[in-house]
Amino acid sequence: MGLLSPIAALGRNVLSALAWVGRLSIFAAGTVRHIFTPPWYPREIWHALLTIGWLSLPVVGMTAIFTGAALALQIYDGSARFSAEAVVPQIVAIGMVRELGPVLGGLMVAARVASSVAAEIGTMKVTEQIDALVTLSTNPMKYLTAPRVLAATLSMPALVAVGDVIGIMGGYLVATQRLGFNAATYITNTVNILSFDDVFSGLVKGAVFGFLIALMGCYQGMQSGRGAQGVGKATKTAVVAASVLILASNYLLTEVFFSA
Amino acid sequence: MIEIQDIHKAFGPKEILRGVNLSIPKGESMVIIGGSGTGKSVTLKCILGLVHPDKGKILVDGKDVEKQDREEFLSRFGMLFQGGALFDSLHVWENVAFRLLRGKLKRPKKEAREIAIEKLRRVGLTPDVADQYPAELSGGMQKRVGLARAIAAEPEIIFFDEPTTGLDPIMSGVINDLIREIVVEMGATAMTITHDMTSVRAIADKVAMLHGGKIRWTGPVSELDTCGDPYVHQFVSGSAEGPIEAVR
Ligand SMILES: Nc1ncnc2c1ncn2[C@@H]1O[C@H](COP(=O)(O)OP(=O)(O)OP(=O)(O)O)[C@@H](O)[C@H]1O
Ligand SMILES: [Mg+2]
Repeated sequence: MGLLSPIAALGRNVLSALAWVGRLSIFAAGTVRHIFTPPWYPREIWHALLTIGWLSLPVVGMTAIFTGAALALQIYDGSARFSAEAVVPQIVAIGMVRELGPVLGGLMVAARVASSVAAEIGTMKVTEQIDALVTLSTNPMKYLTAPRVLAATLSMPALVAVGDVIGIMGGYLVATQRLGFNAATYITNTVNILSFDDVFSGLVKGAVFGFLIALMGCYQGMQSGRGAQGVGKATKTAVVAASVLILASNYLLTEVFFSA
Repeated sequence: MIEIQDIHKAFGPKEILRGVNLSIPKGESMVIIGGSGTGKSVTLKCILGLVHPDKGKILVDGKDVEKQDREEFLSRFGMLFQGGALFDSLHVWENVAFRLLRGKLKRPKKEAREIAIEKLRRVGLTPDVADQYPAELSGGMQKRVGLARAIAAEPEIIFFDEPTTGLDPIMSGVINDLIREIVVEMGATAMTITHDMTSVRAIADKVAMLHGGKIRWTGPVSELDTCGDPYVHQFVSGSAEGPIEAVR
């Protein structure tokens, strides 16, 4: 018994993780179904687009510009070791568009949106507002979850696109102002290296991350335990789980797009 | 007609309901009394399907509540939650008119707003609260907004979870009269939870006392004082001495 207990504990954890994945998948499938079936709540969707998409612009923009700038410095320094400084524009462009734009943007939006969605829905749950919605013949999945998930899935690619442009601009500014690159050549090199696939894969990643972020916020909020402590825990779990899911799915998507 | 048949419900190891049986005829006003934490709110939530009983059946007009189209079923109900449960992202009038702004009962915004203001007036609130947010109101005012929301769509069956808690005596009187009116005029079936004995006498046709997970006693309000049940007697007289233990 004593010898086996670590294995039993491991088994329990694996089982509960699997159960979590199962419940989350059911929740995700339900959400998708509700997104595509009426009734729709345009006002809720509009509000979610505003709070999740539009208001995340500053955070995503700031993240992108500093990342692009730092990336340019790093690539310059690293490539100088084999006298290949000229690759700075190309690598900054590819690095931002394929990886850093979506991933860092996604993580920042996860911190901002997964937390606020989980806290909002969690509070609604503990103050019986979700029960009240149900008794007023309104499905909380349709009224709360579907609009948020839809809005996040639609607005993340747009945020990623904006982040790409701003990030490349950050690299451009550092390269032309500090590292002595020619402005026109930098832009030509950037434009020439980027293919449709580079940009497209980044936008798809954005959409997937947006979906995961809002899904985790809603799921944890709906599952929230009782009281302020329950909401706090739901919020924390939402951010952590969304971040980990973003990084894991980023790896999977990169395999899908670029490993062939 | 609501029939509750042998409902059991436990939360973890805590057995809250252990075989509740109760029936409420159409158009009657039933008041449920009982100590704090005995499961009165849970009973109402079981009827609405917000909490799923571990065992037992609930029939409304002879049909099992678990086996019906939820939306259709719930559109016949109104519920005032113990904590108000107002949507804090919506204005007071949008809370009251929630049902009238979407779904099957949807009507023009202007009309919905007028109905909301009329319902607010009935619970003793002036039209200027209509454009405030719930968080800007006092506890008693929030309660009354919740009450207005519960009656806004003129449901056939209305549940009130402690409608007068936190209200001043005059306002309590107004709300008691209102609930009575709704039952008499609209012919609604009402279930009310309250700890306030004045309310019980003002609202009830029948009274049921929940204790130990079961209905301890039920009967017409006129027999409340003469039923001879020591539990009911202790509860009604509010004495610390009696069969119900008051842990100190
Ligand atoms: N979702 C839940 N999870 C765990 N326990 C619960 C839940 N809902 C209610 N309970 C427990 O069930 C018991 C009965 O709760 P309920 O709210 O029905 O009491 P009540 O009779 O309405 O009391 P009061 O008069 O104080 O409102 C309480 O002990 C409460 O802690
Ligand atoms: Mg209660």
